[in-house]
Amino acid sequence: MTAVTERQQLAYIANQAADMRVNVELETEGMTLNIGPQHPATHGTLRIIVKLDGEQVVAADPVPGYMHRGYEKLAEVRTYPQVTTLVNRIDWLGSFANEVPFILAAERLMEVEAPPRAQWIRTILFELSRIGNIALFLGDMAVQLGAVTPVFYAFRDREYVLNQIEAITGGRFHPNFDRIGGLKDDIPKGWVAETKGVLTKMRAFCDELDELLVGNEIFTARTRGVGVIPPEVGLSYGLSGANLRASGIDWDHRRDSPCGLVYDKLDWKVWTHPDGDSFARYWVRLQETREAILMLEQLLDGIPSGPIMAKVPRIIKVPAGEAYVATENPLGEMGYYVVSKGDLVPFRVKIRSASFNNISIVPWVLRGVYVPDVITILASLYFILGDIDR
Amino acid sequence: MTTQLAVELAYWQQSILRSVGVIAAVLLPAGTIVYLFLFKMMSFMQSRLGPNEAGPYGSMQLLAEVGKFLQKEDLIPDGADRRVFTWAPIVVVASTFVTYVVVPFGPDAWFAQIPTGIYFALAVSSLSVIGVLMAGWSSANKYSLMGGLRAAGQLIAYELPLVLAALGVVIQAGTMDMQGIVAAQRTGEIFGFGGIGNPFILTQFVGFMIFLIAMQAELTQPPFDMPVAESELVAGYMTEYSGFRFLLFFIGEYATAGAFSAIAATLFLGGWALPGLDLDNNLMNVLGPVVLLVKILLIMFLVMWFRVTYPRFREDQLQIFAWKYLIPLSLVNITATAVLKVVF
Repeated sequence: MTAVTERQQLAYIANQAADMRVNVELETEGMTLNIGPQHPATHGTLRIIVKLDGEQVVAADPVPGYMHRGYEKLAEVRTYPQVTTLVNRIDWLGSFANEVPFILAAERLMEVEAPPRAQWIRTILFELSRIGNIALFLGDMAVQLGAVTPVFYAFRDREYVLNQIEAITGGRFHPNFDRIGGLKDDIPKGWVAETKGVLTKMRAFCDELDELLVGNEIFTARTRGVGVIPPEVGLSYGLSGANLRASGIDWDHRRDSPCGLVYDKLDWKVWTHPDGDSFARYWVRLQETREAILMLEQLLDGIPSGPIMAKVPRIIKVPAGEAYVATENPLGEMGYYVVSKGDLVPFRVKIRSASFNNISIVPWVLRGVYVPDVITILASLYFILGDIDR
Repeated sequence: MTTQLAVELAYWQQSILRSVGVIAAVLLPAGTIVYLFLFKMMSFMQSRLGPNEAGPYGSMQLLAEVGKFLQKEDLIPDGADRRVFTWAPIVVVASTFVTYVVVPFGPDAWFAQIPTGIYFALAVSSLSVIGVLMAGWSSANKYSLMGGLRAAGQLIAYELPLVLAALGVVIQAGTMDMQGIVAAQRTGEIFGFGGIGNPFILTQFVGFMIFLIAMQAELTQPPFDMPVAESELVAGYMTEYSGFRFLLFFIGEYATAGAFSAIAATLFLGGWALPGLDLDNNLMNVLGPVVLLVKILLIMFLVMWFRVTYPRFREDQLQIFAWKYLIPLSLVNITATAVLKVVF
């Protein structure tokens, strides 16, 4: 007790008095709510520590890392073709899209280019995984808002897309299909016609959700003006993808840096929304799904003939050098920074995944909102846990 | 037969017999039918497979679900208030069944004829809030507590429009007796046309809509399901419950929907009576429950239809909706009913 000086005692009393002055107005105690790591709304193991005043959020702190699998390190002990097996599992809903930027980076280092047919099929699979991924978002967002039905439709209709991916690659979830210099296989017979049927179903799915949710007054009341991200804030937090486009920033890798994929040969547009709220994020993703269907129709009609593999040595040694390739994945910008020392294995791989940057805005955007809105805002930011933690 | 029994048995013995009878003979089979119907309907709407595919015509789904719940371990959290925790689901379910006591199923088929039957039904039906609060408080879980408090706030807000909507019917029927309300609808006439009686859904349509909305909120069904809001509060006040206790809450959810639908069917759809049947025949004691069950199913269909269609309100939007729109509207409805009652 002797250690406590008079000065400390005075400071203690002053603190108490200050607290009393604050609390006399409304005597409520803050509550710390631990959302996750296991919570239905985080669909994975994201933990968010939320300090509440009543039902209002005072501070929110996301704690990622519960699913860290060390892919960047693991990639250093695997040969280039083996890495795609790992990166499939980053954004597990749009797995094929994860492989593409890595393969493109390796191709750039080796100065190989895939033949046109391979590029087209890559783009087709890329857009199919986008539809499969975002379809689930479109249903999941509704679940977070309390409407259970759309997610059943989403799971039902996404299955058609996965079937098509499986028909080409042999894997529903983890295709592991992209190769340096091309693709593993060609598309099977009759696949194009089947996929067109699936696209019709997916278009009906989008229309159904449009009627069921977007036109619904409760949905609008819950999402409009909620979780507004101004464009400059979104940019400064490094958001990408639909989250940024929903804030009115017209930026899309597919149009602005279409390396290795054939987007520049298609007729399509980038959707943006000026509002930056949860509704805008939902709307932009819905439009993007429709746009992807339109793109796929053009892609399916125009597959060029030719080989699907370029001339690549059997044992792949990538020349020394560094390359960063980013593509517009379903969740946003995904890039691989590959450093090679001329070996069988990459010297270093840095994965820039979209969700990690997208949830960095959580403390900013959640401040002052109510608990129900916490969930809808998180849902509208749309992250995949594997994409956050790698 | 009944009168003989009444002579031989004391009142409390009669009451117990009637209660056991109601649960065994009417409510359990009716509940099963209702449950099967609703589950098949919902799974059809939501393209779920289970209830339409498991077993012949999906008939095995109920067994599968009950079996699943019975297998689960009965967990009570360490920090929980054990006695309150264990009693909470029982309070919820019991309060639901008590509501059925005043609902008439036929000219003589009722369990207790209370002169203020509708008053009793509405009072008892809100008892389940106590069970919900008990569950929320005793679980020693923050999500449960928030769910319980949300439930309390919501049920207080929506009790008012519910009672006010029922009041319109009481004014028009001129009685609070449930049997009397059925009689008023049977014998009533609309502007001199008495062919179908006067089901109050026609003349009290605004009241019916308010009753339906407030009922949805009382049942904590979407779009008013904040107390259980599974995406926010995990499962609200039910978070810590498992196994049979959870099953009790689950039964309570559907049984309460049935109880409220029974009240709504009696108040607005004419209860057990059906135009075109000889209503004073003794046969109506058997046919009446069937007629009422069909009407209950109709209203429960609406409840479940709303449930699978709408997203959830936010807490503040819910309160605004109740206090700014529903309650003033129901007051206007009462005033209009009273004025028209005096005029005609």
